[in-house]
Amino acid sequence: MNLGIFFQQMPDADETWAQMLLSGLNYTLTVALFAWLLAFFAGSIVGVIRTTDRRWLVRLGNAYVELFRNIPLLVQFFIWYFVLPGVLPSVKHWVVSLDPTEHQLVTAILCLGFYTSARIAEQVKSGILALPRGQRLAGYALGLTQAQTYRYVLLPMAYRIIIPPLTSDTMSLIKNTSVAYSIGLVELFFRTREMGEITFRYFEAFAAATLIYIVISMIANRVMVLIESRVAVPGYVSLGK
Amino acid sequence: MGDLDFEVIQRAGPYLWKGLQYTLQLTAVAAVGGIFFGTLLALARLSSAKLLAKTAAGYVNLMRATPLLLVIFWFYFLVPVLLQMITGADAPPRIGAERSAYFTFIMFEAAFFCEIMRAGIQSIPKGQVGAAYALGLNYWQVMKLVVLPQAFRNMLPVLLTQTIILFQDVSLVSLLNVTDFVGASVKIAQRDSRIVELYCFVAIVYFVCCLSLSWAVKRLQSRIAIIR
Repeated sequence: MNLGIFFQQMPDADETWAQMLLSGLNYTLTVALFAWLLAFFAGSIVGVIRTTDRRWLVRLGNAYVELFRNIPLLVQFFIWYFVLPGVLPSVKHWVVSLDPTEHQLVTAILCLGFYTSARIAEQVKSGILALPRGQRLAGYALGLTQAQTYRYVLLPMAYRIIIPPLTSDTMSLIKNTSVAYSIGLVELFFRTREMGEITFRYFEAFAAATLIYIVISMIANRVMVLIESRVAVPGYVSLGK
Repeated sequence: MGDLDFEVIQRAGPYLWKGLQYTLQLTAVAAVGGIFFGTLLALARLSSAKLLAKTAAGYVNLMRATPLLLVIFWFYFLVPVLLQMITGADAPPRIGAERSAYFTFIMFEAAFFCEIMRAGIQSIPKGQVGAAYALGLNYWQVMKLVVLPQAFRNMLPVLLTQTIILFQDVSLVSLLNVTDFVGASVKIAQRDSRIVELYCFVAIVYFVCCLSLSWAVKRLQSRIAIIR
């Protein structure tokens, strides 16, 4: 074990190995952040339509969730990265105009975003269904439209209920960014392997990466707990304190 | 896109089938081994020996906080070294990624099965444990005869759902150049330049398998719910 390796210069570059790992972390966090936003947005829409009374919307939402949940993430990466441009000429046209790293970044965000959205949709749905039926009816009785009932009555409570499962989905998302290595995105795991292969310091490289992943997962966890206690409605959801 | 050739799948059929067999085998072994060690871990986590409980909890949390891909590579490097230490051989034995994957997935999934079994064990009313001790059974008898059979039964749907997730996660070994189902199709896809056909085929096979399995689990769940 030799920690000095992290402060040594890389061959043919001005960076140290530590800086290279951190540049990988930068991509990891970028992908995680944008994929989370996409997943939250898409997951909320799909989760909501699965609780409406329109049969076809419910079916559509169910199909969406099953589609993204029953194909391994790695295969989904291949589909987004190789198959989509291969099948749709317009996508191919656009992809060719991109820088390869940009293409990988966009692919990773879309793939992880939609993959995670299916999980978030499941949580949003169960959050809404966990609310007493009377809340929806009370909303309608006040003269709110269905959209308003969701916006002002159901969703604010449902989101608060699902923060704990949402936290574990967020942590999974951060871990899953490592699969973007398969399409060659230079994220943290890619950089870790690269460092191991060039320096033969596999142990140091992997230990550093493991530590970084654990720390960012823990930070994400803390942030979610903080949000949970900030937005808690007094007297409604007990925080177990 | 008019020049898709799905016959390539038929031609590569035996090779893909061999890959799928490896995937299924790895899934089955990892599920059985993972449930076994996961149950032991759960018992350790719930034990009154503080050190044992803390160690088990630390292991489970470490596995759950680390990306599977990293764990796969960790074990790939470490298993030969560990085997060398155990057997006292002169050089680390070359076991290859294919065989180290069995070890990886058993140890990794044990952490997830542990959490499921822990919930299952805790779902058994305390009075039953007390009653069993009052009958004069010892710890292992209480667990084996009273608690674990019910815990397994209550958690069966969750254990199976986790196994479906495991079945999907196994695909990641292809990144270590292992010829599992995904690995086999990547190789054929690259050799024959039939990427679209093969990746679509893989996605469809996984989709059909996982969807029908999860429907079966849902069915099972409702049947268990009626009996209880």
